[in-house]
Amino acid sequence: MQKRLAFHLDMNACTGCKTCMIACIDKNDLADGVLYRRVSEYTGGDWIRNADGTYEQNVFSYYLSISCNHCENPICVRSCPTTAMYKDENGIVSVNPEKCVGCRYCEWGCPYSAPQFNAELGIMTKCDFCRDYLDLGKPPACVAACPTRALTFGPYQELLDKYGQAQLVAPLPDTAITQPNLLFTPSRKAQPAGSRNGKISNPEEV
Amino acid sequence: MPSNETSAAVQAGNGIRRRSLLKWGAALGGVAALTGGGLFFGLKPVNGSPGKKEELFWTACTVNCGSRCVLRAHVIDGVITRIETDDTGVDVYGQHQDRACLRGRAMRHRIYAPDRLKYPMKRVGKRGEGKFERISWDQALDEIAARLKKTIETHGNESVYINYATGCTGSVMSDSYAPASTWLGRLMNCLGGYLNHYGTYSTAQIARALPFTFGGSSVNGNSFADIVNSKLVVLFGNNPAATRMSGGGQIYDIVKSREKGNARFIVIDPRYTDTAVSLADEWIPIRPGTDAALVNGLAYVMIGEDLVDHDFLTRCTVGYDEDSMPEGVPEGNSYKSYILGQGADKTPKTPAWAAAITGIPERRIVQLAREIAGAKPCYVVQGWGPQRQASGEQISRAICMLPILTGNVGVQGGNNGARESGVSSTFARYPTLTNPVKTSISVFTWTDAIERGPEMTATADGVQGRDRLVAPIKFIWNYAGNCLVNQHSDANRTARILGDEAKCETIVVIENFMTPSAKFADILLPATTCAEEDDFADGAYTAAMSYLIFARKAIEPLFESRSIYDVCAGVAKRMGVEQAYTEGRSRDDWVRWVYGETRKKYPELPEKVEDAFAMGIWKKERAGLPAVPYKDFREDPETNPLKTPSGKVEIFSKQLWDIAETWTLPEGDRISGLPEYNPTWEGVSDPLREKYPLQLIGHHYKQRTHSTYGNVDWLKRVAPQELWINPADAEARGIKHADMVKVYNDRGTVLIPAKVTTRIMPGVLSLPQGAWFAPDKDGVDHGGCVNVLTSLRPSPLAKGNPQHTNLVQVVKA
Repeated sequence: MQKRLAFHLDMNACTGCKTCMIACIDKNDLADGVLYRRVSEYTGGDWIRNADGTYEQNVFSYYLSISCNHCENPICVRSCPTTAMYKDENGIVSVNPEKCVGCRYCEWGCPYSAPQFNAELGIMTKCDFCRDYLDLGKPPACVAACPTRALTFGPYQELLDKYGQAQLVAPLPDTAITQPNLLFTPSRKAQPAGSRNGKISNPEEV
Repeated sequence: MPSNETSAAVQAGNGIRRRSLLKWGAALGGVAALTGGGLFFGLKPVNGSPGKKEELFWTACTVNCGSRCVLRAHVIDGVITRIETDDTGVDVYGQHQDRACLRGRAMRHRIYAPDRLKYPMKRVGKRGEGKFERISWDQALDEIAARLKKTIETHGNESVYINYATGCTGSVMSDSYAPASTWLGRLMNCLGGYLNHYGTYSTAQIARALPFTFGGSSVNGNSFADIVNSKLVVLFGNNPAATRMSGGGQIYDIVKSREKGNARFIVIDPRYTDTAVSLADEWIPIRPGTDAALVNGLAYVMIGEDLVDHDFLTRCTVGYDEDSMPEGVPEGNSYKSYILGQGADKTPKTPAWAAAITGIPERRIVQLAREIAGAKPCYVVQGWGPQRQASGEQISRAICMLPILTGNVGVQGGNNGARESGVSSTFARYPTLTNPVKTSISVFTWTDAIERGPEMTATADGVQGRDRLVAPIKFIWNYAGNCLVNQHSDANRTARILGDEAKCETIVVIENFMTPSAKFADILLPATTCAEEDDFADGAYTAAMSYLIFARKAIEPLFESRSIYDVCAGVAKRMGVEQAYTEGRSRDDWVRWVYGETRKKYPELPEKVEDAFAMGIWKKERAGLPAVPYKDFREDPETNPLKTPSGKVEIFSKQLWDIAETWTLPEGDRISGLPEYNPTWEGVSDPLREKYPLQLIGHHYKQRTHSTYGNVDWLKRVAPQELWINPADAEARGIKHADMVKVYNDRGTVLIPAKVTTRIMPGVLSLPQGAWFAPDKDGVDHGGCVNVLTSLRPSPLAKGNPQHTNLVQVVKA
């Protein structure tokens, strides 16, 4: 298996369709309330009504499909008191269900909400990059599902060489925190990281 | 089984009868299945179960988004445990993978949904109440045959109606639309025929109107693949990110063409759609139903600044100016006269005039006119949202005026303003025989035909094939459709019409689930899903490649469900026409017959159907450049005339002028020779806005294809039903994001959470169409069904469904 795999999201191709989410739910039989991959809608802008009743606006919106980024410096691993959360030799971050006590410290630490608490099992669960598929030479379920091919994956360095290191977009956290293996091509309307122009407008869905 | 138990179970909506549980439950380890909490038959994950042999089958999603997707079912012990999609080949565009959207990928929870119909049932409560008792297939088919016989004897064949139903329209062997291509149609044709309908709920107005401008029976635009050759793309209410989501089809086509070409993209829509989010350089919000007013304002600038293509207008059109008008029409009726205010209304259609109606600033209208006229070529394309309006016929023709004025018809990288077309490969079809009945009504007027059939005439109600209907509708077949209530307008009034058993005497519904329509059945029959039978599907709505899908039976039919072919054969037998209907063939024989006939068209297909089923999908890359409709006409209109009376593009249609002279229209309705802007009932200028100030539309939403998949929990989880409302309208009413709100007008009330978003224009609400009607005891809908609020009043010419023309009020619940 290749080491240090990363996801790449082309925001100009992502329509927010959420096929990645359903493919993930189906593959992993995710329980209610558990989402290994989430599509956030980040929206902002204002409307101004002119004197003649017409409108001006500067509305923008874009979708961010985010799962675990299998970070180089995974805060979830650092914050796990039982060593259940671990990064394997290929760089994939997973939970050992035998060791996890469900304390949820990893969930609090992760700025991407990647570790997800399964209430029925009482432990944390998360994206494992479809390790079983990778072993079979198949792409992860979410990547194979993407109708517009906005979501791709590959070795971090290959993706970096192909797409470059784009400026971070809102509302993603500073990459220095965890060094995520996530690259993206920003959309036309993407706002710079730290911008307060918009907000996540579908909180109930993620 | 006692009937009351069944009724209770069915009403509860998750009424799996545990005692009679299913063989796959046992296969999963009966105890686990029986204690599974009620949902999804207690189906537990069995992925990776040791010692269980997994089999893979290609199947398909055949619903009515128009695209078709191949799915791969993982099956363990007769149970589908996972759904994948096309992962074959190298995924190079043009031979790319036909990747299903989120809905197809949720198929497992659709097939095993808790409201899956299990047995034939007979209504025991009031019609629409949803109370049924289980009966045998023999009893069900006997009763249907007896009722059908009686209806035909008493009221004639023209009282039998096959309702518009597109839940399986992508299927070949279990096709549900159009009636004339279905087994139900074939059955009825063996029995003397049935009342036809024309038009569709998707395209009623545009399909009727554009042939008056361009001739022929249907009008197609250039494909999305042609956008690579365009300088500017202008989408009017066209949102493939929600309507054509297949990764084998048009959303991928437009994303790829956007990436490969250099066109600027403008989206004109009341909402900042998902297509606009990913593709648009600019969004121009517009008030619903006012596209024709915008076009008028743009035309005023183009004419005033002499930006029109005189060569194209002179050679290829009639009705632009007074020199090219048909005979018999008084002066002042040309398009130029209308736009410049020299016609009957004496109103110059200035950008300021258009701004006041559309909500788009005057300055932007002026600039947009120059942009569209200056971009050579320019690709103007409309979806089917703008035409689903009270004057939708005129809107659809008006949008086409932009390419006509600028000469973008019939050129590579241009478009005539109609919706994009594509490439297709198609299976052969089994013969459905001929309907002896020639009478036809508009798809939208069947409730009218129940209430006052013989009063309906050709010139007042759009009856075709007869001057007047001879009978009201007394018997309705409804297979794989939710237009009985959910997708038809004014759900409450429709429910009242259907509830009167003295009017429509029999309703037979053949379905997978307990849909809002199924609740109105007298006899309710459980149908197989695609995964439970062999089938085929034509690839459709694609621009770069076409394909054929071979969908193999993956699991046994659930419970007692049966294929539509066998249902009809059972009725045919009881009506004495079994041989005429079956020709001695079983469904499987017909599968092989269809495959054999299809191979005559595509000899490169495998010899044996089994090998095709193993292959799953067959693809054919488009050869050459994208086709350009009307190219030959444009180059030489004399040699290659259009099928209009003049042989040219008819900006002014004398045919429509004559219809306007002869038809009887209700107050306020208007048909005109020119594509004029018509203010309408419940439009922007209706005085009713004092009471109901907000315009309501119902956009297509990723959770569902129309109403199909509307019962699937996974989809509701990732894409919940919500009312879109602008922050300005929300704040004025004290509504915050996620608050429960009440949307209402004189027709009904819907309770639904609010999505407060800048992505919709002030003054406009949108409630995504297709959510399932769920009225409480007071008649308030808790499902978020937009058709509680839509009107049964048809559009003037097509008599089509104006489901985006609604005025409402909203308050915090």
